[in-house]
Amino acid sequence: MSRSAKAEAALALHRFGMGPRPGSIAAIEADPRGALIAELDRPAISELAAANLPSSAKAFRAVTDAFAKRQAKAIVAKKEQDAKRQQMEEASAMTEGAAQGQGTGEIAAKMAAEAVPDPGRPIYLEEARIRVAAALGAEIGFVERLVWFWSNHFCVSADKIRSMSGAYEREAIRPHVLGRFTDLLLATEGHPAMLFYLDQTVSMGANSTAGINRTRGLNENLAREILELHTLGVRTGYTQDDVIGFANILTGWTLVPPGDNPEHGGEFTFNPRLHEPGAQKVLGKSYEDETVEQGRAVLRDLAANPATASHVATKLARHFVADTPPPALVERMAKAFLDTGGDLKQVTKVMVSSDEAWTQPPAKLKRPGEWVAGMVRATGLTQADPTRYTDGQVLLGEPLWRPPSPKGFPDDEASWIDGMGRRLDVANNFAERIAGRTDPREVIETVLGSQVSPEVKQAVGRAESRQQALVLLFMSTEFQRR
Amino acid sequence: MNFRHHLPTRREALIGAGSLFAWSQMPRLARAEGRDPRMLVIVLRGALDGLGAVAPVGDPDWIALRGDRALVLDGKPPALPLDGFFALNPAMPNLHRLYKAQQATIVHAIATPYRERSHFDGQDVLESGIARPGAVDTGWLNRALAELASDGRVDPRGSRVLGVGSVTPLVVRGRAPVLSWVPQKLLPANEDTQARLLDLYKHTDPKLAVALEARVRLAALGATGPSDAAMVDGAALAAPGIAGVRAYFAEAAGTAARFLAKPDGPRVGAVGFIGWDTHINEGAASGQLANLLGALDGALAAIETNMGDAWRETVVAVITEFGRTARINGTNGTDHGTGTVAFLAGGALRGGRVVADWPGLKQAQLYEERDLKPTTDLRAVLKGLLRDHLRVDEPALASTVFPDSIGVAPIAGLFG
Repeated sequence: MSRSAKAEAALALHRFGMGPRPGSIAAIEADPRGALIAELDRPAISELAAANLPSSAKAFRAVTDAFAKRQAKAIVAKKEQDAKRQQMEEASAMTEGAAQGQGTGEIAAKMAAEAVPDPGRPIYLEEARIRVAAALGAEIGFVERLVWFWSNHFCVSADKIRSMSGAYEREAIRPHVLGRFTDLLLATEGHPAMLFYLDQTVSMGANSTAGINRTRGLNENLAREILELHTLGVRTGYTQDDVIGFANILTGWTLVPPGDNPEHGGEFTFNPRLHEPGAQKVLGKSYEDETVEQGRAVLRDLAANPATASHVATKLARHFVADTPPPALVERMAKAFLDTGGDLKQVTKVMVSSDEAWTQPPAKLKRPGEWVAGMVRATGLTQADPTRYTDGQVLLGEPLWRPPSPKGFPDDEASWIDGMGRRLDVANNFAERIAGRTDPREVIETVLGSQVSPEVKQAVGRAESRQQALVLLFMSTEFQRR
Repeated sequence: MNFRHHLPTRREALIGAGSLFAWSQMPRLARAEGRDPRMLVIVLRGALDGLGAVAPVGDPDWIALRGDRALVLDGKPPALPLDGFFALNPAMPNLHRLYKAQQATIVHAIATPYRERSHFDGQDVLESGIARPGAVDTGWLNRALAELASDGRVDPRGSRVLGVGSVTPLVVRGRAPVLSWVPQKLLPANEDTQARLLDLYKHTDPKLAVALEARVRLAALGATGPSDAAMVDGAALAAPGIAGVRAYFAEAAGTAARFLAKPDGPRVGAVGFIGWDTHINEGAASGQLANLLGALDGALAAIETNMGDAWRETVVAVITEFGRTARINGTNGTDHGTGTVAFLAGGALRGGRVVADWPGLKQAQLYEERDLKPTTDLRAVLKGLLRDHLRVDEPALASTVFPDSIGVAPIAGLFG
């Protein structure tokens, strides 16, 4: 095998996959592009077995129940404590002593509440564990990278809905990353996690049954983010009236309240009592249907809009290839998007089949999550401790499923380059733990196919310990950029 | 950290900065003598400059060799006198105090059988106890324990393996079950690693160099951003710089001692400390090496304190993969060498001496005309400790613990 075949294989794994593992360069060097496409064609490759995890609705019910229990227990405890104090005060009739008892009711309430465990955290950690295991265990990890990309494009935040964040990805993102964009859009925008995250559950039409008697009314959040972030893209010609029309159409998209329905609580439902009656206009087109289909029709039209095609193509190319992706590549991907009716597998294939996706120098700075996955994969480990992983992601500025805004995590070098110091600490910590079983020279040879600069080889060879050598290797351009 | 449990908690067991044997048996022979011995091994990674740590002030060639970097008895600060010929780096007052109390022994001009100059391979030999690097995946300390006849368990939970074998230093890896614990603080990458990375970036990735330099400058200012409160594994990152190193050494070693001190706790452990590869600006009585030795001295003090009464039955062995060049190099540091020192400390010792078959410092007396010549095999010291302290069977020491060491006799008389 020539050097360039090895280099091409390494580039494929870093740029489109989760990074090389022991033996993976050798496995794909005969045809790196073919190997990427073969992974896309594997049946059910994007799905994730999670038999031990609840659905998003079930998780939401569990958390709601626990919260209700906490409140009930707190109220009872506070009452008991206050009654006790009153008894004591009456018995002692000491006005001075009364002051000492103050606040104990609140303390008792807090303690009683904390005795009820929050089921959200263990669910979040288990979801994190299987997600990381999928990234570490994948042969190439191209499809996992696509899942991460789309999950960030249609992001929700665990800060708001921790128990559902992992299930959302499994239910709404994974089944569709290689399917039709329309289906992905319908699945994400109709998912309880998204409705909850973007305040859609509290939105009601001003003239709806519920809205007429309420001070609460329309919430434009979801409608605006769909247009600006998920489909057409910012400054693509839609107006404030379009946002309002679409927001009216989306009224009634909500959840079955989790507290009073042990079977379907937390699931999507269309509630006609919240829905704004009448036809609505979006982008010059009138939508007459007054059911859930009214909103679905808008989503289908948005998915077929050329602005959406170029927005999605640009974002995909920017994420995988370069901060400023080659225009010809973006155009070709956008055209494939429109020609195939938004077939994401075809769009993805066009990307990896284009020479422009391979001729760009490996200058793209990996995001923290990708970098960590690549670092761990290089050691051959296939499991990570979810607590340590999620804590590490916080430290690196990319907390799992907790983006700073609905825009998701940024995808450009400038946003991440100041975090190199933190990466150094994380690399140091990881290397400390694995130095006993990982030989850095071995990693260079068998994992990276010796595709590192002479400077890196020299720095690794001269390091004072395996730990330091691993730190230098993991921090090298070869691991940081793709 | 919470010490109500005799074994580390699940969280304490996640990172193996040090590790301990959950070796809950009591060595039968030692028990029969009415003893309950403890042993802690500290591995210094990066190769300690033995001449910078313990100076041969009585050697006529010493001053000429190191010039103004030579530790001397009337230096500023003065080196700490040991036996008339040797003096200790002034950064180690605790070790000096122990030496004077006959609770420390120093062995000089020592080395493993390894004679090349690769850190990795050197550490492999140091920890595996096998003369050939990369030959086995077990450590001499673990094999020694596997040889010990048991006098019954002190704690039924002790046979549980906590932590993962893969995160423990090689010296303790093997059949005997190991547990690891987490120091409360994570050690940020040290200045040496940072400097090397910066150098690598300057040659390969100028943009990353600029980004990293910003961090280095911040650290130099002692600035702490909000991110410095960030937690990993519930542990805060230690303060950067030598203060962080000191705290980390003291905590890791002190924690090990706390576990070893417990009546029903493990009996043997090991800790690794990094940062000893002093190629640049090593210093002498002050500076980089003195800072590290000071941190090591603090770790020894923490062990002594935390062992309590069990200090009487304790030996701490401080070992490193090889020494450094006899001369100072062009960047005021020292390069990879051969002969170095080993420190032994503990109440079980009959200490107060420097054990050395001194080879001299003249050009012709140096190993390959550049390094302190090793005249004592480190395995002789370790065999002496294992035989006379833990009572490991002598034939086993030569066959399984340190194979091919039949010609290396255990040093006798380390204990009273």
